[in-house]
Amino acid sequence: MSNNKNQTTPKGAVSRRGVLKGMAAGAVAGGAMIKGAPFVHASEPITLRIAGTGVNQFKELADKAKEDLGFTIQYTSLTSDDVVKRAVTQSSSFDMLDAEYWMLKKIVPSGKMKGMDVSKIKNYDKIVPIFTKGELPDGTKMSRQGIAPIKVSYLAGEESSEFATDPSGYMTLIPTVYNADTLGIRPDLINRPINSWAELLNSEFKGKASILNIPSIGIMDAAMVCEASGLATYGDKGNMTKAEIDTTMKVLTEAKKDGQFRAFWKEFNESVNLMASGEVVIQSMWSPAVTKVRSMGVPCVYQPLKEGYRAWAGGLGLPSHLEGRQLDAAYEFINWYMSGWAGAFLNRQGYYTAVLETAKPFMSEDEWGFWMEGKKAATDIMSPTGQKIESAGSVRDGGSFWDRMGNVTVWNTVMDEDRYMVRKWNEFIAA
Amino acid sequence: MEWLRSRSAYLQAAPLSLIFLLFFVLPIAMVVVVSFFDYQAYQILIPDFVLFNYQDVFSSEVTYRTYFITFRFCLMVWAITLVLGFAIAYFLAFHIRTITMQIVLFLLCTIPFWTSIVIRMIAWIPLLGRNGLVNNALVASGFTDAPVEWLLYSEFAVVIGYVHLYTLFMIVPIFNSMMRIDRSLLEAATDAGASGWQTTWNVIVPLCKPGIAIGSIFVVAMVMGDFVTVNVLGGGQVASVGKAIAAELSYLQFPPAAANSMVLLGVVILLIMLLMRFADIRKEL
Repeated sequence: MSNNKNQTTPKGAVSRRGVLKGMAAGAVAGGAMIKGAPFVHASEPITLRIAGTGVNQFKELADKAKEDLGFTIQYTSLTSDDVVKRAVTQSSSFDMLDAEYWMLKKIVPSGKMKGMDVSKIKNYDKIVPIFTKGELPDGTKMSRQGIAPIKVSYLAGEESSEFATDPSGYMTLIPTVYNADTLGIRPDLINRPINSWAELLNSEFKGKASILNIPSIGIMDAAMVCEASGLATYGDKGNMTKAEIDTTMKVLTEAKKDGQFRAFWKEFNESVNLMASGEVVIQSMWSPAVTKVRSMGVPCVYQPLKEGYRAWAGGLGLPSHLEGRQLDAAYEFINWYMSGWAGAFLNRQGYYTAVLETAKPFMSEDEWGFWMEGKKAATDIMSPTGQKIESAGSVRDGGSFWDRMGNVTVWNTVMDEDRYMVRKWNEFIAA
Repeated sequence: MEWLRSRSAYLQAAPLSLIFLLFFVLPIAMVVVVSFFDYQAYQILIPDFVLFNYQDVFSSEVTYRTYFITFRFCLMVWAITLVLGFAIAYFLAFHIRTITMQIVLFLLCTIPFWTSIVIRMIAWIPLLGRNGLVNNALVASGFTDAPVEWLLYSEFAVVIGYVHLYTLFMIVPIFNSMMRIDRSLLEAATDAGASGWQTTWNVIVPLCKPGIAIGSIFVVAMVMGDFVTVNVLGGGQVASVGKAIAAELSYLQFPPAAANSMVLLGVVILLIMLLMRFADIRKEL
């Protein structure tokens, strides 16, 4: 697969010999331990292999986890489609899955994941209610178009491969990060205000637009564009009928044939390159990609649009083969993840973390004000890796948590007509 | 002992046959089987015997269009690499006098292969991009006012990538054929009054046929099956058969991908059979 070239092992990863030693030791110790025995930090190192989309795989997180917990975290970065494929076909190749909620609709029926016992999650009660109740912290119901996390958050039982409609005590994923996505633009090359999704197909940007080539996400961006420009109407954008899919793909195909798009991207870094090099001035984008373009010194705005945001959320899940010491370690890692340091780190990337209140003490007042409350930055804002991304006095694109997550129109999705949609999408890419 | 002697030929052939069976015939057989399976989004392989995977392939207009585009790539790349490959091999074989120099120049040709295929492709992006070196030079020298858009993320870029990657596969077998040509034949041609061009056309080209055929098989097979170059340099916008299969695989649609692969395999085999008619490759080997 072409995507395999994206598989990376960050510098934090241990040597092959180290892994083998660790695994052998883990197997011996795991076999010797009685089920339910208290977890002991044995001298044998534990390695947790996390497979996911790379959006929240940072060496700094792995290093800090190693320091705090003694685990070695090994990341495998895959494209979204490959995460699903890996989870369904080779779930033994990782110990934790860093998946997005829409993927669950494909992965969970395969029975390759196990429910997570919420009683073992320390900060479970503090998780943002988007995931546990389907509402914002103030009680407002969130959009349910697409695969809103609440629809797939819970399993009927630990070993079940069916979703539960009510909180059951077994979560599919413990949310890690989520965000409201919109279009990224190059303000220096556009020179006028952009305020609607419809602009993606504006002939003014002919040959300078891009859309992401991951059907589950791309189709939603396309639907936002079609709806905004009045070219299509939808019952539920997150679950289109065949006719709605046809209309959407027709609009896209015509735009493609007219040369509207410069390229399609599949992987985070591709979108960064397209934008930073000026090949593209308006495109589907993910928040940290915008951050990355800016940290390269290139102006880039994550433009809020009047039709609202397309939201997504990701979390850590457990493959069903995990047990014993590795399983305990996975829970311990998740609890660490939610205890604040990692949350603050991710908030500084421009994501939102699942447990906001533990992250807050790890951020400066100014940082919290900038990232979460939409306030003017009092000092320069730095990325977690130390590059300056905003000068003092600037305000976050889209403003506060409420302005952004409160304006979510639709979630990333897998539709009932998925097979049809994917075929049509394929034809569009081939057209 | 007698038993061993009578069967020694079979025993000698056995290891290779086993490897072939295990790593070639068996996987292909599995692909054939899967191509008749049913599938769903939630259950990727449903054992069954259905024909709709093939029906989808043959009834879709997109299939014919992607094959057309892929054939066109094949033809263009084949023609360019053939001319380039022949010219370079000719230069190496007949104009360079010393063996040392030949080896040095030959190694020079292989230098691009010291880096990975992905890097060799990506290297074109800063060169051909809208703000790339070529466009900067064109604009600066006044040839164009605005950057030329079709240099990158276009069929042009894809063809450049292929030519860059595959010309060597044409050079090597042609060079090999040329080195086997008895030099006295060329002298005879000259003595008989043939011009340089006549010698090339009537003596060298016919004797290089096996090399040309082998090179062509390499190039055609690689262009037909490629999905990486077309993705990177086509910006995800240019279609090819290999890419369509890769896309289906990435959406977990294994049965239609298998069906598509079988069709592609059939087409490539036909093409290679056609090429074999032009030259007796066994003679060369």
